[in-house]
Amino acid sequence: MPAFEITFALRQGGFSLEVADRSDCHALALFGPSGSGKTSIVEAIAGFRTPDWGMIAVGGRTLFSTADRINLPPRLRRVGYLPQDVLLFPHLDVRGNVLYAKRSGAGPTLDEVIGLLEIDTMLGRRVADLSGGERQRVALARALMSAPELLLLDEPLAAVDLSRRRRILDGLRGLRDRLALPLVYVTHASDEALAVADRVLVLDQGRVVAAGCPEKLL
Amino acid sequence: MTAGSVMQIAAFTAGAALIATLLMLVPGLAIAWVLARGRFRGKALVETLVSLPLVVPPVATGLILLWVFGRRGPVGRLLDSIGVDVVFTPKAVVLAMAVMGLPLLVRTARAGFEQVTRRHEKMAETLGASPGRVFATITLPLASRHILAGALLAFSRALGEFGATMVVAGSIPGRTRTLAVGIYSFTEAGEDSRAAALLAVSVAIAFAAVLASNRLSREG
Repeated sequence: MPAFEITFALRQGGFSLEVADRSDCHALALFGPSGSGKTSIVEAIAGFRTPDWGMIAVGGRTLFSTADRINLPPRLRRVGYLPQDVLLFPHLDVRGNVLYAKRSGAGPTLDEVIGLLEIDTMLGRRVADLSGGERQRVALARALMSAPELLLLDEPLAAVDLSRRRRILDGLRGLRDRLALPLVYVTHASDEALAVADRVLVLDQGRVVAAGCPEKLL
Repeated sequence: MTAGSVMQIAAFTAGAALIATLLMLVPGLAIAWVLARGRFRGKALVETLVSLPLVVPPVATGLILLWVFGRRGPVGRLLDSIGVDVVFTPKAVVLAMAVMGLPLLVRTARAGFEQVTRRHEKMAETLGASPGRVFATITLPLASRHILAGALLAFSRALGEFGATMVVAGSIPGRTRTLAVGIYSFTEAGEDSRAAALLAVSVAIAFAAVLASNRLSREG
């Protein structure tokens, strides 16, 4: 059973997306220009969008399958999703956001996540008072706290400064290896894809135009 | 009229309006949520029915309530069989206030639910939250300012309720007489100073409620 099976078609408005990829990789990077369909793929995996047909399976767990009539609701998919618009809950402070996701007895501890993402000084702050980079780190912390079986990160470090980006990438890689957590990582930056992924899908206008090892493709 | 009786009427009216507002909260929020999120046949009909008390003359609404809750009405007969009288009792005052205030609560709360993005709710779901938890911890708090503003508007409307109350509850001193009904009764009897005292209290309470409601809507 491949680690990832992402084979589906989705049409919305004038945009159509078709993707077919099966692989045994642990970390898959989605790479391509804006509008190429990267975000639609992670949204379909998270359950934010429903494909017209196809199959989405991760680590042997089927999340969506038109043939088997499976469409797990988002709460049963066990994905830690960090979208581009981060979607922090504006009525909760940073601690409230991070702890919202805590499942009892599972996943990393609050201290671990706080340490990894360097958010210890902002726990009592309101979400509205955070900068773009701080919001991304808090949203990433929340995703990790949900004890996910798959991590979906949509440009997670786009607003994070360079020096911190390197440290967080190292930490993410460590966490991915320690928790054996499959990862789908959307990025425009080839250095991020190279740092975290062992397979990359290059997308253009809703189609996969290349797939393979990041060192060869990027 | 003594200051004591002015206070009695004011307290009775405010108390009845408060009970009416609390009673309409659960059905009002349920209707508002269904109208904001639901896609079903007959939605336009439900919208129209809910808004009807805003445009039908209050006296006509009172008459409908009188037919429905009177001893020979479909609901009144049922209540009478278990010893509950509604018409021309304080319960009728609360009933009239609730029916007349409900549309304002529903319309404002609906706007609140509509401005909560589905993406926030979906995000809460991916974090493991059940639909009930999503509603209680995300939808409701994010719509809370609109809900509170709607409740205050409904409360203000209930305070000033006249036509329906007059028909279904009458103007029984010390029992069903509210501020608005009292103003009318005293004016009709030529007791202008008593009417003026009730008028002042009525305007003061309504002013505070509408001011608070507007502030909440703006901040929301």
